[in-house]
Amino acid sequence: MQRRQFLKASAATVAALSAPSILRAANSPLKVGTYGGYFQESFDQYIYPEFTAATGIEIESIAEPTGEAWLVQLAQAARAGQAPADVSMIAQLARIKGERSGLWAPLDEAALSNLGNLPDHFVHRYEDGKVYGTGAVSWYITLVTNTDVFAEAPTSWTALWDAANADKLGLMSMATNSFLLEITATTYFGGTDILKTDEGVLQVMDKLAEVKSNVRLWYRDEGQFQQALETGEIPMGQYYHDVTGLAASQGKPVRSSFPDEGAVLDSGSWVVSKASKALEPAQEFINYMAQPAIQAKLSRFVGTAPTVSRELTDLTDEEFAAVSSDKAPILPLNEIYVDRGDWINQMWSEKITG
Amino acid sequence: MSATSVQTATPRWLGLWPAAMLTLFFLVPFGIMLAVSVAHRDVSGFYEWSFEWDSYARFLSAFFGKVMAVSISVSLTAAAICVALAFPFTVFLSNMGHRAQTRILVVLLSALALSEVIIGFSLSTLLSQTAGIGNLFHWLGLIDEPRAYTPSLFALITGLCYIGFPFAVLVLYPPVSRLDPEIVEAARVMGASGPRAFFGVIVPNLRGAIVGAFILVFVFTLGSYLLPQLLGRSEHWTLSVHITDQAVYQSNLPFGAAMSVFLMLVALALVGLASLAGRERGAA
Repeated sequence: MQRRQFLKASAATVAALSAPSILRAANSPLKVGTYGGYFQESFDQYIYPEFTAATGIEIESIAEPTGEAWLVQLAQAARAGQAPADVSMIAQLARIKGERSGLWAPLDEAALSNLGNLPDHFVHRYEDGKVYGTGAVSWYITLVTNTDVFAEAPTSWTALWDAANADKLGLMSMATNSFLLEITATTYFGGTDILKTDEGVLQVMDKLAEVKSNVRLWYRDEGQFQQALETGEIPMGQYYHDVTGLAASQGKPVRSSFPDEGAVLDSGSWVVSKASKALEPAQEFINYMAQPAIQAKLSRFVGTAPTVSRELTDLTDEEFAAVSSDKAPILPLNEIYVDRGDWINQMWSEKITG
Repeated sequence: MSATSVQTATPRWLGLWPAAMLTLFFLVPFGIMLAVSVAHRDVSGFYEWSFEWDSYARFLSAFFGKVMAVSISVSLTAAAICVALAFPFTVFLSNMGHRAQTRILVVLLSALALSEVIIGFSLSTLLSQTAGIGNLFHWLGLIDEPRAYTPSLFALITGLCYIGFPFAVLVLYPPVSRLDPEIVEAARVMGASGPRAFFGVIVPNLRGAIVGAFILVFVFTLGSYLLPQLLGRSEHWTLSVHITDQAVYQSNLPFGAAMSVFLMLVALALVGLASLAGRERGAA
């Protein structure tokens, strides 16, 4: 390539990149973001091709980083009128933060005929009642054990406090991803209401601090804990129900138990960036995903719990048990981490992991 | 004569190149970090440009004082151990044959190619209860039951030393191999014992290099944030771990930046002190 040609070509590329509206005009695919890795691969394989076949809408699969990095990227891009993805799967904390700053595009309820399938807590609305998102997938965080070390499955979260389990636990390292405050409040304080005041949070933290001597690993990296759980090095802890089930089905000596107090039900939601220029196909996608048949498919192939109620799906008892439970779940109090996140995280560092 | 030849060999303007690179890749990012550290934290996402000391004020607490103390003492310990091992090792190495020296240096250099993750996971397996060295001790009858040696301060320091040791050797090797053997011989002729010659002649002659190796390992391990998570208990999490938490998980970049500035200032102060001490005594 000659220098002049190169300059011409790069000038053309720069012009094209800086004019996204031109790119869009050419009937571009709908960009859908999911967490990179397992989720993205599963959606690429099981969901997108059939969606395209059913609706004629092409999908460009985008890998999102976990944590709040994606929220920050979406917010920055929206200021410049850009949308790195039209539809994004987003964690609840990031969803609420985006709601507060008006980052999500309001959706047209008339275009969402399947909205009725979802329970209220999976239909996200702005204060003025406008819908802006729906529950995408949900998953349980349960009490997991190594079956070689624990012959009997534990039945209660109180096992975490049992002095017999000294130095045996692996727990997630942050208040905002472990939901241990909710677990402690439900187990010892009759529910999560106590967490609505600062004094209540501190009281719960004092109770949770009693598990410190039992904890060998406060993990940020899931792989590290899973490996230690499978070898029996760290034989008890909290982990994802679906992944643990998958490991057990591959012959690993692990089990996931739904404690009597309930397991934590965490979830991701679909939202549309306000900078997206593909609102209609985005709504079509969100509506498509709220069908019981699609939720059942996600349960079978991706291992997530359905966001629609069980009766609507055709999941067998066995299939349902693999991803969920009829026991009442512990629901994360996401709002407190948005309103008092810095304070809770600081207290958490000082009292729990410090 | 050598001075004039150096001047003609490298034209002055060549110095502009590193200066430009340093500005672009060190000073500019550092400036951005300083600016972010005084920016206003926006809880619903990112930060807004402004000038406030809130992030610095939050850092000035007993809790972060403790974290800073942990970081510094862990790195100082690792640096001290690395230098204490690397110095006699390098002296020994420089007395070996040429081929053996090359081979050992190549092995050391290849250890540098291992990532922190691999070193961390390998050590946590090696020190584990189920597959680790405790089983060997048990088999040898040294302990009653196989036990885990990780996570612990010992495991963490071991990991940091694994990373720091090759750097210490590489810093020490050139001056050690250039040390005139006649100086040691002279000391021996004058009747100094082996250890006496080592501590009385070799060590003082190479004080500058020793301090240099110490500083390098100290600064290098101060920035480690993976090993404390993999090999340490939560009370051994260094400031770098907390900076990662703030920047990555809590999207509080101003606070993360302010902590980084603190960490750097403390590191610079310690490095300054150490090099000052090294220079004064070296001259004496």
